[in-house]
Amino acid sequence: MVKREVIGAHYGLRDWLAQRITAVVMGVYTLMMLGVLASTPRLDYWSWKTLWELPVMRYATMLFLLSLLLHAWIGVRNIFMDYIKDPGLRLTLYVLVIGALVGYLIWSVQILWGL
Amino acid sequence: MPKSRPKYLDLFRIRLPLPGLISILHRITGAGLFLLIPLVLYLLQSSLQTPQAFASFKDMLGHPLIKLLLIGIAWAYLHHLCAGIRHLALDLHYGTELAAARASSWAVLAVSVASTLVFGALIW
Repeated sequence: MVKREVIGAHYGLRDWLAQRITAVVMGVYTLMMLGVLASTPRLDYWSWKTLWELPVMRYATMLFLLSLLLHAWIGVRNIFMDYIKDPGLRLTLYVLVIGALVGYLIWSVQILWGL
Repeated sequence: MPKSRPKYLDLFRIRLPLPGLISILHRITGAGLFLLIPLVLYLLQSSLQTPQAFASFKDMLGHPLIKLLLIGIAWAYLHHLCAGIRHLALDLHYGTELAAARASSWAVLAVSVASTLVFGALIW
């Protein structure tokens, strides 16, 4: 019988795909924002505020930020996996990054919906 | 011919090929952009709160150092975006031959720098 060692959590493909889907979402959002800014010739406080009160702007930005935070998590985690050899330190950094990203998510909702 | 062992990757002794440079810049700009997330959220939040905050940010934009900083951030974003698009193309098996991979690496450098210059010209 072949003695096989089962290693890994098998999240590789899922994360690989998530990294690409979130990238496409952010790319589309970037183009959209360029269009919005290009069609706003004189940007003052009131036009800026009115712009962000549009539901489409809020939801599109929320989708962008969700993609960004997931994308950032996968990317930063990969960097830590490559360079941080000590498991304890790596785990600590994971926790700090997840905490920061969850915090950014809550903050994003507060900004966009003015809670 | 026996190859000399052990192999090692001494970052200061290996010459990084162009696609490798694009790759490590993708990683460095990604890490930098991650660190900028709270700054961007803070700027968005403050700019929406009061007309005074909005006006003070607009004034800050008049400072050349802030403009340079903004151009640097724009380059990081644009490089990460262009290198990411190249990555998606490679995933779809476009441009995986050496010559094409080098050409697309040059294209990533050129397009990201050129669009950064356009951005710089627009805000200057």
